[in-house]
Formats: sequence, C-alpha cells, structure tokens
Amino acid sequence: MSVHTLRIDGRDLAVPEGTTLLQAAREAGIAIPTLCHLEGLSPVAACRLCLVEVEGAGKLLPACITPASEGMVVHTATPRLQDIRRTVVELLFTEGNHVCAICVANGHCELQDLAVSTGMDHSRLPYRFPDRHVDLSHPFFGLDHNRCVLCTRCVRVCDEVEGAHVWDVGWRGEHCRIIAGLEEPWGAVDACTDCGKCVEVCPTGALFHKGDTTAEKQGEPARLQALVHARRHQQWDP
Amino acid sequence: MTSSPPARDSRARVRLATVWLAGCSGCHMSFLDLDEWLIELAERAEIVYSPVGSDRKTYPDNVDVCLVEGGVANTDNLELLRQVRARTRVLISFGDCAITANIPGMRNMLQGTDPVLRKAYLELADGSGQLPHAPGIVPELLERVLPVHELVPVELYLPGCPPSATRIRAALEPLLQGGWPELSGADLIRFG
Amino acid sequence: MSATLRVCTAAGCAGCGGSALRERLAAVLAAAGPGAPASGLALKGVGCLGPCSEGGLLELESSAGRRLFGGLTPEGVEAVAASLANLGPDADLASWAPPGTRPIDLEQPFFRLQRRLVLEHCGRIDPESIAEALAAGTYGQLRRVLQKDTPEAVIEQVRRSGLRGRGGGGYPTGLKWATVARMPGREKVVVCNADEGDPGAFMDRSLLEGDPHRLLEGMAIAAWAVGASRGFIYVRAEYPLAIAHLRTAIAQAEDQSLLSAAIAGSAFSLQLELRVGAGAFVCGEETALIHSIEGRRGVPRPRPPYPAEVGVFGLPTLINNVETFANIPPLLALGAEAYAAIGTANSGGTKVFSLTGDVRLAGVLEVPMGTPIATIVNTMGGGAPGGHAIKAVQTGGPSGGCVPADRLATPVDYESLQELGSIMGSGGMVVMDDTTSMVDVACFFMAFCREESCGKCIPCRAGTVQLHALLQKHLAGEASAADLAQLESLCHMVKDTSLCGLGQSAPKPVLSTLRHFRGDYLALLRPEPGGREVAP
Repeated sequence: MSVHTLRIDGRDLAVPEGTTLLQAAREAGIAIPTLCHLEGLSPVAACRLCLVEVEGAGKLLPACITPASEGMVVHTATPRLQDIRRTVVELLFTEGNHVCAICVANGHCELQDLAVSTGMDHSRLPYRFPDRHVDLSHPFFGLDHNRCVLCTRCVRVCDEVEGAHVWDVGWRGEHCRIIAGLEEPWGAVDACTDCGKCVEVCPTGALFHKGDTTAEKQGEPARLQALVHARRHQQWDP
Repeated sequence: MTSSPPARDSRARVRLATVWLAGCSGCHMSFLDLDEWLIELAERAEIVYSPVGSDRKTYPDNVDVCLVEGGVANTDNLELLRQVRARTRVLISFGDCAITANIPGMRNMLQGTDPVLRKAYLELADGSGQLPHAPGIVPELLERVLPVHELVPVELYLPGCPPSATRIRAALEPLLQGGWPELSGADLIRFG
Repeated sequence: MSATLRVCTAAGCAGCGGSALRERLAAVLAAAGPGAPASGLALKGVGCLGPCSEGGLLELESSAGRRLFGGLTPEGVEAVAASLANLGPDADLASWAPPGTRPIDLEQPFFRLQRRLVLEHCGRIDPESIAEALAAGTYGQLRRVLQKDTPEAVIEQVRRSGLRGRGGGGYPTGLKWATVARMPGREKVVVCNADEGDPGAFMDRSLLEGDPHRLLEGMAIAAWAVGASRGFIYVRAEYPLAIAHLRTAIAQAEDQSLLSAAIAGSAFSLQLELRVGAGAFVCGEETALIHSIEGRRGVPRPRPPYPAEVGVFGLPTLINNVETFANIPPLLALGAEAYAAIGTANSGGTKVFSLTGDVRLAGVLEVPMGTPIATIVNTMGGGAPGGHAIKAVQTGGPSGGCVPADRLATPVDYESLQELGSIMGSGGMVVMDDTTSMVDVACFFMAFCREESCGKCIPCRAGTVQLHALLQKHLAGEASAADLAQLESLCHMVKDTSLCGLGQSAPKPVLSTLRHFRGDYLALLRPEPGGREVAP
C-alpha cells in the first residue's frame, strides 16, 4: 500500500492510498461539517457541506469522496467555504418546517449542531413553510416529513445494511420526499423488518420512536458502525 | 447579517426596552431568570418599556437596546415592530419565535390566514363557531407569521426557546459597557 | 414528365396539415389514371425542410428545379388534393402551385448561407425508408471503415477533424473516443444522448425525425472504433415521431445486417436498444442518463469516475449527443482536414441551430462554426418582426445565457460564447426583441430549473426555489437593493456548489442577464424608504 503526503489547512499529513480528504482531515483533528455522510454507508456527496478548496482543482470538491493524492494542498475553512456552509444550512432550515422547540430530537439534532458550527443564528433567506405530512402508520416508529432533510441515510441503511430497501426517494426537486415501499404508508410495507436502523441514523427528528417526546430522541449511528465493522471484519465481539 | 450599532454615549445609562409580539412570553420569563443580575441591570440600564419591567403603554423614543420576543403575526405586532425599529438603535431578535417564527409560525403550514381561522373557529368548534371579526378591537392576522428580520433590519440575534438567562446576559452585558457581544458556540446560539 | 413532391411530416408541419396532406395525396395518386399529370408524381413524407415558422411546408422538385411552398393549413389540405386531382392532362406539374400556399424563395440567405453536412439528407429522403437512405449514401462510411480502416485510424481522423461534443459541453470527441477505446475490458457501451430538453431546442428532434439512419451509422462507427458491442439511444418520451422513426430505422438496419450481428459482413456486432425517458430534464446529464438506462432513479452522481471508466452497468461507456454522432459519416467522407477547414481553429465543422423567438424566419438551420450570430438571426432569420429591434439572443437554454444586441457580431464557437457568459449549448437560439424583460427571461429559466431539479443536492433543490422566489419578487416590484445583492450571491453559491451541471448552470441565465442587462433589474427595484423600516 502506498502512502500520500498532503497538506490540509497548513498541516502536513501522510495517509494511506484510498483515504478520503474527510478521513484524512478528521484523523488530524480538523473538523469538516457533514450531513449526508455517515461512516458505514456509501457516500453520495449530496449535502455539499464538506466541500473544500483544493489548490489547482478549479472547483470545490466534496471531501467525503475525494481521495487524498500526493502533494494536494487543501483548505477546509476559508471564508468562502464558511459562507457556503452557512447558506447550505439556511437552505435546509428554510425548505422544511424545523420547529426545534417541539421536536423529539431537540438538543441531539445534527441540523441544530450544524447551525451552531456554521454560526447560523438566523436565516438570511425566507422560510418556505411547506405543506408536509406525518406518517404514523408504523406500530413503533413515525416519519415526520416536516423535519426531513433528505440526506437519504435511511434509504441507504435499509438498502445496504438491513437489505430490505423499504425506503427510497420519490418525486423530484422541492417535491422530493422519502417514500416507503411504492409510496405506501410505512406500516403497510411488508418488507419492513421493524429493525429501526433508519431511526438510529436519522440526523434529525424526522424518523423517531413513537414513545419519544420532545428532546428525547438520540441518534445511534455508532450501532450501525459497529455492525458494519463486525460484518466487514467478521469480528462479532466488541 | 449583523450590522454594527450606531455609536452612543457610553457614560449615560442604557435605555433598554423589551417587547412581546407573538410568542408565549417564555423568553421574558427567561429574562426574569436573570435573578440577582436584574438588580445590576436596573442600575446600569433604564427600563423604558417592557411587559415585565415597566408600566408604560407607548413605545418611547430614543431607545438604545430592545429585546423583541415573538414572531410578527398580526397588525398590532407589525405596528409596534415598526415603532420599535424607528425608535431603537440596537434591535435584538429575542428567541426562536422572533428569529424563525417558530411555534406561531406553524400556522403558516396551513398556507394562509383564512384556512387557519376556519380550522380554529369553525372546524374545531362545537355548534356555535364563528369567525372572529371586530375591527379596531381584535387585530387582523397577517397572512403569514414572519420572523422579525424579514420585516425590519435586526442588529443581533439571540436564538433559543427560550434563550437561557446566561445567554441573555452574554448579549446584554457587553452592550451595557458600550461594546458588542460576539455570540457563537452551542451555549450561545443554539436553536431550540 | 416526372416530379417529386416532398411533404414535411416532421412534428411541426405534421400539425399544420402535413401528415394529412401526405395521406390525402397518396389517395389521389393511387386514383390517378395513366397519363394524368399526378401519375408522374413521386410523393414523399420527409423530415424538416427548414423554416418551421412558414409551415406546413412542401417542396416540389421537377426538371424546372426545386420550389418550396409554405403556409399549408389543416383546412387547406382538401383544396391542395383537389387541385392535384383535377390537373388537366396537359398541365405541367413543374408550374403547379398548391392552392392556399405561398412560394418561399430558396435563394434567400436562410437557405443560401447554410452548409448542410449533418442535415444533408434531412428533408430530402423519406426517413422511414432505408432504401432511400442507402441510395443517398448512408452506411457507406460504415461499410468502408469496416473493410478498409482500423479503429485507431478512425479515432485519429475524428481527433484531427476538431469535432467537439455538440451537446453543449464542447469536449473534444476524438479524445473521448480514444479514452473509451483504451479502457481495459472486453465489454463496452456506446450511448446516444437524445434527451434534448432545453426550451427552444429542436435540432436533434429534426434530425431524428428526418434522417434516423444517419445517427445509426454514426453510432455504429463509434461503437466499432471504441470496441463497444452494445448501444443505447436515450430519447425523450416527448418525441413520439422521433421514437417511431428510430424504431423503424433500427429494425430496418438489423434486417439489412447494418446493425446487430456480423455487420456488413464483418465480425463487428452492435446490439442497439432504444430507451425512452420519462420526462426529466436532468436525465440529459450523463450520469443521470446512465442511471435511467439502468432502470434506476434518474439522478446524477459525482464525477469522477467518468462514464468512460464507469458507465452503463459499470462498463466503459462512450456518450455522445445526436448531432455529434451524425457528424461522423460526413466527417469521414470529407476527411479530417477538409472538415476542420469548415469551422474555426478551435471548433471544427458545422453546427445545427434551432432558431426561434422574435425572428421572422424561425426553424432549423446548419451553418459553419464561426458564423456570426448576427448572420444567423438577422441575415438568415430576417431580424425581429413588427418593426422591433433585437435586444438579445439566448443560447444554451437554461444552462446558457444571453448575448446582447451589441455583441451579435460574435462568432458561434465554444470559446467566444463562453467569454460572453453564455455557452454554445446544444443549439437552441432564442431571439428576444426590445419588448422583452430580461428579468422575466431569467425568471422563466429559473422556474424551469426549479421544476427540473432532481432534488439530490441541496443547493440545486432548495437554491433554485429561493432564486426563483427572489426573481419573482423583482418582477413584482417588491425587491430591494439587498434582495438584488442576495440574488447575485446565491447565484454564485448554487453555481459553485451544486453536484451536477443542471445546478451548476441554473444560475447562468440570471448571471448573464445581470451582466449585460443590469438596468432591467435596477428598474424593478422599489424605491428605498427614507427610514430604516422595510415594508412587509
């Protein structure tokens, strides 16, 4: 295996070939915000929060899928990138109905965390207040589309890890929404194993346990990561 | 965007106001949670208008700092907000309702005032429901509840539902000293 | 005496009575007795004859030369048929004028200044007859290269010709072919992007409807050159006539061993399939198109890997647009140097445009690369009608921009248009006169992108919504200077951060009109109130 040396935010790093810029930065303790990315699931590079500047690249590159290469000079937190990230967070807040005060994920929400880390203390863009719905047809879980950021973690975990592919994305553009089965009520989809992995990886309060009330939901991505690690390495004892 | 406040004489007592628009008054309760620091505040600032600190019925001129709680939901809110803006140097959007429309803003999901009134006063009413209409007495609802900064310029944002007393103090204290608060991090700017 | 009557039955003219006329005239001809003038008439339904705005069009070719007639209407079909049926035995077809139509001068610049390579046979042959295509020389280059050439030599010809992707990107075609050819692996795929979706673009449709065998020949040569044995034509469902003609053409070519196995007696085989899109503009983006062909949701993915490495079903894939493939046979017939000499130094060959909007003669035309825009819209198109002046010419659809009137001397080539903040695009050219609000134009295109965003990445999904709302606010006269600043900065954000070309270019119509027509935006701003207050 070969090793690449590169420079991220002025720090010289050496990483094995195949390491992404995101992995390289995180190992060096450099924080790059992410939302759609989740270790253990395939990357989709959709949220654009992890875009970084690579000298000579000519365009911004998503750190989650860009492999580190020899001699790369990377900047992860320029004023331009910071403004872009804040705008991304503003776009997310304004396109949905994110009412933190009454949300199951209040206090443990990755979208809230992103607002803090990007300094988004208000949105410069107007709120859209879309008309969205809540699916409470499943016996144990609920899906509140108002809080969905369309990161597709649920789609990927159900397809790639649970193998059930209950979830997918329906419609397009601003009308996109997560759909169960063939656009059926979640509770009516036989393929669902009730495993709850989608709830555990959901970054917001969109997917939740029905018993949870305000501020009671905490995501459990670590459980997914443990499972993926165990399968990959055939090591079942933590 | 945070704009720098117009300069003021730092020796004089700060003329401070608080305003309650469409919100639950929880932000004001949190303001009262400042407890003994309120005494210090009362020495350093003159409370010129506030539902919890003054009996004054009209918003005065020449206010240095105003905490505005709540979204803008009706014509009274809008009129008061305009007065506040015209007569205040530093307008602070105080709490999630002022910044995002938050809970009052949930009626916007019904896409307009008419469906909201019908839902509340007719569909969910027993037998005798009727739409409220009393011009001059009951203020008319705006078509949408809006955050303060979508209507007037705002100098500072204090998120939270409610913002904690610590957070309020972190915003006010530098202002009392003629400085400017730098709010960042989960303790000071988290929604919810 | 013999004559040929060509009735345009392409989508535009079909609606003006073209298809009905062909059917009606076929009946007249069948009933004509020997000796009647009509009995000497060969009748053909053909593809686009050019000036669509003058449709329905029909062309009469006789010993006296070619005469073009326009203005056919569905109501006028019967009179034309009756006139032909009632021609006296001594009447001369060469001087017959279909009643209710008007003659169109074939010597005018619209026709004279064209250089038709791609559209060589379009409007000449019956697109549903492979015999006519073969008689016109189609598949000749395929046979020739299979017998006498090597793939490397053909790719070298394409490279030297200077041909660049006609879908809008302008990527050197020869380089793309060489890349796919060099990819390891025995299985490769060739794909034709016929998902023409820009508002105001109908060049590819005209070619697909009018000469589908030309495309098949170009694709077969490309497949052979890069080593592909499977091919897909991805065509949008909104083009039913093109789809029908393609289906017919593929079946005919397979029957004649010009597709499928042992093509033209060689060892080369190509299985060509037609895939019909379901109405998503984003599927013109190559990675979304690949997903759609595979039967998955048509959303783009980040590149790299490029389709040349990982394409349809994970195989190395060559994707070219309709017009690019259709350029291959004439390019090989002319030779690389002669082809390159037609265009400019950096853009070889010709370009097909669909000219539309506020222009006297609208339609499909083909000109050498480097022709000034003014030549196309003024000289050939006749300028804006109704005594109006041209304000701008939009190229490249929702991914492009507007060229202002004072820059119409700009030659059409990839670099010149890019310098002006527009793009060559696939060939849509929309003329706008001086009554046009450029903010309105920008708002129209943003509404289009908002509707067509696939929703995968946030800047495009939510950014186009916010941009559209900001543009509407301007049009309503409610925008402030701060709104204009926000519009501009959000445009840059969406352009710089979107995942695929749709989002990256969605702000271009706004940025281009802001650059050349900022006054249109400023004129819409509401007066700033005296105080700090902002009206609701």
